[in-house]
Amino acid sequence: MIRIQARTEPSSLMKVASPLLAIALTLIFGSILFSAIGKSPSQALHVLLIAPLSDSYNIGEMFVKMGPLLLCAVGLSLCYRANMWNIGAEGQLLAGALGGSAMALYFVNSESALALPITLLAGIASGMIWAAVPTFLKLRFNSNLILTTIMFNYIALYLLIWAVHGPLRDPQGFGFPESAMFSDATLLPTLFESSRIHLGIVFAIIAAFVAWFILSKSHLGFQIRVFGADEPAAKYAGFSGKKLSWVVMLFAGALAGLAGVSETTGPIGQLVPNVSPGYGYSAIIVAYLGRLHPLGAIIAAVFMAVLYMGGDLAQIEMGIPVAVVSMFQGVLLFFLLACDFFINNRLAFSNQATN
Amino acid sequence: MDSDLIIQILFAAVKTGTPLLFIALGEVICEKSGVLNLGQEGMMLMGAVVGFLAAYSTGSAGLGVLAAMIMGCVMSLIFAVLVLHIGANQVATGLALTIFGTGLSAFIGSGVVGQTIQGFQPIAIPLLSDIPFLGRILFSHDILVYSSFIMTFALIFIVNKTRIGLTLKAVGENPHAANAIGIKVLRVRYLAVMFGGIMAGISGAYMSLVYTPMWVENMTAGRGWIALALVVFASWRVGRIMLGAYLFGLASIMHLVLQGLGWSISPNLLAMLPYVATVIVMVIISADKFKEKLLAPRSLGKSFDPRQMA
Repeated sequence: MIRIQARTEPSSLMKVASPLLAIALTLIFGSILFSAIGKSPSQALHVLLIAPLSDSYNIGEMFVKMGPLLLCAVGLSLCYRANMWNIGAEGQLLAGALGGSAMALYFVNSESALALPITLLAGIASGMIWAAVPTFLKLRFNSNLILTTIMFNYIALYLLIWAVHGPLRDPQGFGFPESAMFSDATLLPTLFESSRIHLGIVFAIIAAFVAWFILSKSHLGFQIRVFGADEPAAKYAGFSGKKLSWVVMLFAGALAGLAGVSETTGPIGQLVPNVSPGYGYSAIIVAYLGRLHPLGAIIAAVFMAVLYMGGDLAQIEMGIPVAVVSMFQGVLLFFLLACDFFINNRLAFSNQATN
Repeated sequence: MDSDLIIQILFAAVKTGTPLLFIALGEVICEKSGVLNLGQEGMMLMGAVVGFLAAYSTGSAGLGVLAAMIMGCVMSLIFAVLVLHIGANQVATGLALTIFGTGLSAFIGSGVVGQTIQGFQPIAIPLLSDIPFLGRILFSHDILVYSSFIMTFALIFIVNKTRIGLTLKAVGENPHAANAIGIKVLRVRYLAVMFGGIMAGISGAYMSLVYTPMWVENMTAGRGWIALALVVFASWRVGRIMLGAYLFGLASIMHLVLQGLGWSISPNLLAMLPYVATVIVMVIISADKFKEKLLAPRSLGKSFDPRQMA
C-alpha cells in the first residue's frame, strides 16, 4: 500500500533533484516519441543534446541562443517570485528589438561612439514601456496580468511586422520586409574571432548576478521573497505591493528589451520579422527549470540553448521539424511540475491497508 | 455602406466568432468549477491539427471533428491529473499545456502544411434562412455554427436551471462546503476540465475544417487566449459569452468594415485590433474591483485537496 504523506518541511534534496528527474523523464519521453516516428532515438538525442556541444562553432552558437533566454528568464524569475504572472517577455523582447532598431537606423550613417549605448538604451526603454502598460493596467484597473501581457505579445509582433513592411523597410531591400543593415557604430562587438558570441551574452550573465544579489542580499529582495511567499505577512510588515510590482516588472521589461535589441544589433545586424524563435515563451520554462533563482537560470538557459541548437541540427540532419523543441519544453515543464509534488510530499510504503 | 455589405460583415462576424464561442463556453464551465485552464490555446491547436489530419485521411469532416474532440479531451486530462491530483500550480500547468500543444501540433502537422480538404459546407435552414436580414446572418451557415447555437442555449439552461449547474457552482464557489454535503469535488472538476478540452477541440477543428480549411502552424493566432479574456468579459455568464464572441469576431474582421467605408489601413496594423480590443475590454470590465470579485467563482485558481479535510 502506497500512501502520500505531506512532508513537515519541503525536501531540499528534491528541490535540486526534481529538475534533473524532470529532464531524465523528458528524455525518456523523447526516445519513445522518436521510436514511434521511426527515427533512431539514440541518434536523435545525440543530435539534440550532444552535437550542439561537439565543436567550438556550435558551442559559440549555443551561447548566442543562451543570451536572450537568460536575460528574459532572470526578469521572469523575479516577477514570479513576487507573484506577478508576466507572460509578456516575448512582447517585451520584440518591443526592445523594434525600439532599438528604430534608433539604430537613425544612426545608420553615424560613427559616433554614443550610437551603440543610445541604441541599447532605446531597446531597454521600449521593453520597459511594454512591461509598464500591463503593470499599470493591473495596478490601476485590476486587469488580469497574464492575459494583458499575452495580448501585448501579439500587439508587439504585429507592430514589428508592420514596421518592417512599412516605415523601417530598407528602401534598397528589393521589397523584402527587412530593415537596412545597421552601421558598425551600432553593432555589438563580438568577443572572439571565430564565433558570434557578443557582448549581449556578457550582459545576460551580469544581469543574472545582479538579480541574484538583489534577491538574496538586499532588503528589496527580502521584500520580494516575503511578498511572494506570504502576501498578507508582507502587507502586515508594511511592504508596498505596488512598488514591488513596478520594480520586478520594469526590471523584467528592461532585460527582455535588452535581449531584443541585443539580437538585432548582435547576431542579426538588422530588423527582421522573425527576431525571436519564441525566446520569451521558452524563458518561462528556463525560469522554472532554474527554480526561479537567477543563478539557477544560468544553468537552465544553457540547457535550453542546447535544445534550441539541437533542434536546428535535428532539422538539418534528420528532417525532424524544429517544433520538436517547444514540444520538449512543454513536456519538461509538465514533468517538472509533477516532480515538484515530491518536494512537499513523500510516498509512504506500509503493509497495512488504511482507511 | 449598403445593407448587403452590412449583412456580409455580420455574417462574417458570426463565422469568425464561432470558434471563440466554442472554446469560451468550455472555459467558462471549467472556471465555474474553480479551475483556471490557461492551456486553451494548446488544446485548440491540437484540435485543429488532429481534426485536419483525421478529415484529410478519411475524407470525412465529421470524423475530423470527432477526432478533435477526443484530442482536446486527452489534452485536458493531462492538465487535470497534474492540477487536480498532483496539486500543481494551475497557471504554470496551463502554460505548459499551451507550449506543449503548440510544439506537438506543429510537429505532427508538418507533413500536411498547405494541403486543402473539403470542409463543412453551408446549409441554409429552410424557413429560418428566409427571415429578412437575420436569416442570412444567422441561418445560412454550416452545421457547426448551428451546433454552437444549440450548445449555448443548452448550457444556459443547464447552468441556471438544473441540479448539475447548481453542483458546478457549489464546487467553484466553496469546494469545502460542497465536499461536506457529499459532492465529489474532484470528480466534478475533472468533468468540467474535460468538457473544456472537448470544446477547445471542436473550436480548433472549426478553424482547420471550416474557417480556413487547411492546417498552418500556429493558425489559431491567440484565439485560445482571447477566449480566456472573453470569459472575464462575460463575467462568467454563459449567455454573455455568445454576444462577446461575435463582438470579438467583428473586431477580427474590422478590415472588411473599414474597406467598406473606403478606408485603407495597413493590414498588419488591423491585425492588432482584436488584441487591442481585448485589452481595452478587460480594463473596462475589471476596473470595477468589487463587481469582479462578486462575479468570479470564489475558488478560481485554488487547488482543493480532500485529504486536508478534517
